[in-house]
Amino acid sequence: MSSPGASDLLLEVRDLRVSFRTEDGIVQAVDGVSFTLHRGEVLGIVGESGSGKSVTMMTVMRLINDPNAVFEGEVLYKGRDLMKLSQGEMRDVRGAEIAMIFQDPMTSLNPVYTVGWQIVEQLQAHEGISRRQAQSRSVELLRAVGIPNAETRVNDYPHQFSGGMRQRVMIAMGLSCNPDLLIADEPTTALDVTIQAQILELIKRLRREFDSAVVLITHDMGVIADVADRVNVMYAGRVVEHGQKSQVFYDPQHPYTWGLLGSIPRLDRPRSRRLPTIAGQPPSMLALPDGCRFRPRCAQAFDRCAHEDPALAERGSGHLDACLLTVEQKRERRAATVRPAAAEESA
Amino acid sequence: MLAFIVRRLIGTVAVVFAITLLVFLIFFHTPGVDPARQLAGRNPNPDTIKLIRHQYGLDRPLPVQYVILMKKLFISRDLTSYSNQGLKVVPAIAAAAPVTLSLVFGAAVIWVIVAIAMGLAAAVLRGTVWDPILMVLALIGISMPVFWLGEMANLIIQSRYHDSFLFSWIPPLGYTPLTSDPWMWFKQLLVPWLVLSVLYIGLYARVLRNSLLETESEDYVRTARAKGISERRVLLRHMLRTSMITFVSLFGLDLGVLIGGGALLAEVVFGLPGVGLLTYKSLTSLDLPVIMATVVYGAIFIVIASALVDVAYAYLDPRVRLA
Repeated sequence: MSSPGASDLLLEVRDLRVSFRTEDGIVQAVDGVSFTLHRGEVLGIVGESGSGKSVTMMTVMRLINDPNAVFEGEVLYKGRDLMKLSQGEMRDVRGAEIAMIFQDPMTSLNPVYTVGWQIVEQLQAHEGISRRQAQSRSVELLRAVGIPNAETRVNDYPHQFSGGMRQRVMIAMGLSCNPDLLIADEPTTALDVTIQAQILELIKRLRREFDSAVVLITHDMGVIADVADRVNVMYAGRVVEHGQKSQVFYDPQHPYTWGLLGSIPRLDRPRSRRLPTIAGQPPSMLALPDGCRFRPRCAQAFDRCAHEDPALAERGSGHLDACLLTVEQKRERRAATVRPAAAEESA
Repeated sequence: MLAFIVRRLIGTVAVVFAITLLVFLIFFHTPGVDPARQLAGRNPNPDTIKLIRHQYGLDRPLPVQYVILMKKLFISRDLTSYSNQGLKVVPAIAAAAPVTLSLVFGAAVIWVIVAIAMGLAAAVLRGTVWDPILMVLALIGISMPVFWLGEMANLIIQSRYHDSFLFSWIPPLGYTPLTSDPWMWFKQLLVPWLVLSVLYIGLYARVLRNSLLETESEDYVRTARAKGISERRVLLRHMLRTSMITFVSLFGLDLGVLIGGGALLAEVVFGLPGVGLLTYKSLTSLDLPVIMATVVYGAIFIVIASALVDVAYAYLDPRVRLA
């Protein structure tokens, strides 16, 4: 993908912080996340459970209505700060400009309405069209996402569809008002592998046809490798590495990214005895370690890591990361430890 | 949907048959009890017992006895009370049923509307003081037994303050058929309706609030919000609609029980000559034919009500239509 100009800027998140007041103290779920997204681009956000990737995008949609949540920072969508919009203004953005699909298609559709009804509801909320027009448009949409016999299936209830088909319905609903941005929150996690591949293929195809930008949240590097243009790697509420897909895959800078890449099973290598894992657990968001948050799990940690909190910055590799090692140290140690995707190319 | 209704109707007929069979066996074949002696009421003379034995075919085989009883209940309708000097039981129930139906349906309309309003309000106002206030009110409503609340209402409205401008328009206790004077019917039933509905308002408001709050965390509610539809629509079309499934199943059972004689206390307190009062009187005089007939009547209404609930359920939740 050619690098887009500044005029194509669609979404800019600036220093977003989300915290939740809990009985045990304040949980900083998202801690100063910034990123940009251009028209038609696919941004992958990858990280473990609890790394703040879903909370970040739910905040962009303003879908967190927990009274104990505190939000700071800016979410500029086409130059407007979404965080400052009224509920009514935000409703006009949701579903029409920014659509979101969720992890579990089995529970994300209302069981008591037909899928057609649910798509029509969204169309009528945003576009001044008649029920009949909305109905025929929803049939077109179901056909576009590859549901056979769309004209009869439109009157079926969610429980009459399989998981993969329901996710297709969710995607059809998401795309119904031609949004400029589609947020997909682990769209393939609840599906089996062959269906996963079909859904990813569908997202790639529809992104071309509908010309929507996509934010793809996942914990699966394989999914990122398949569809993303750029990648955010998140850890403990922060972005720890950011770059073009090729940069992150072929020249990963952060030891956490090495760990993620190293833990993908590979068919083209001799099988190791055990799949490499990242030792330890993500830190409790109530008791974050001093210095670098990844330090307790990091095999490369040295004295500076204990008291210096590295910011996301360009550190000589050509893309952004948040690790205090020098580029040379990173490239050397990476090759010696986890053998990432293309360690041999860079060696 | 139609297939579901037909299936459910066939089931209803089967259940009614089973109930009549059970009632027959309990009343006529409890070991060690002579049914003719029981049917005859207190201190019968031997001729009456002999007559009953002949009328009910008690000297003939079981299936014949069952058929004779059913004929007396449903076809010739000449089941007679012996303790109450020749009262025809079936016409008596037919006369009492409209009273009970008027009482229960009126109360049901009130409790459904008020409970939905209260449950919705409490769920929407969660986090403010109104939610606990409404729920405590509901709890108070549940805690007041209908006979006590009814007597209190009578004390205030019918005796103490009856002549004040507030209550002077309320007529004395009793029942006027809807067909003869609708306005009188309404005025006389208004207080019984309110009193009977208080318990159910409390119960249903709490149930609805809880199921709304459970629904709040459902994924499809998040989806509905992500679609950018109004919060009002999310509440009414998505959350309330699915929460009504619990509400309706509870409603059908309570309605059936009340029509089947469960409104007894309210009928006694307000002097309404309904099925409950009839049952109550027959119980105090051990009038077996009447008890038997009201049991069958009650059972039939409960079965019909639960069939209607199932149909409503299938309408509300498409997933059960196939089951």
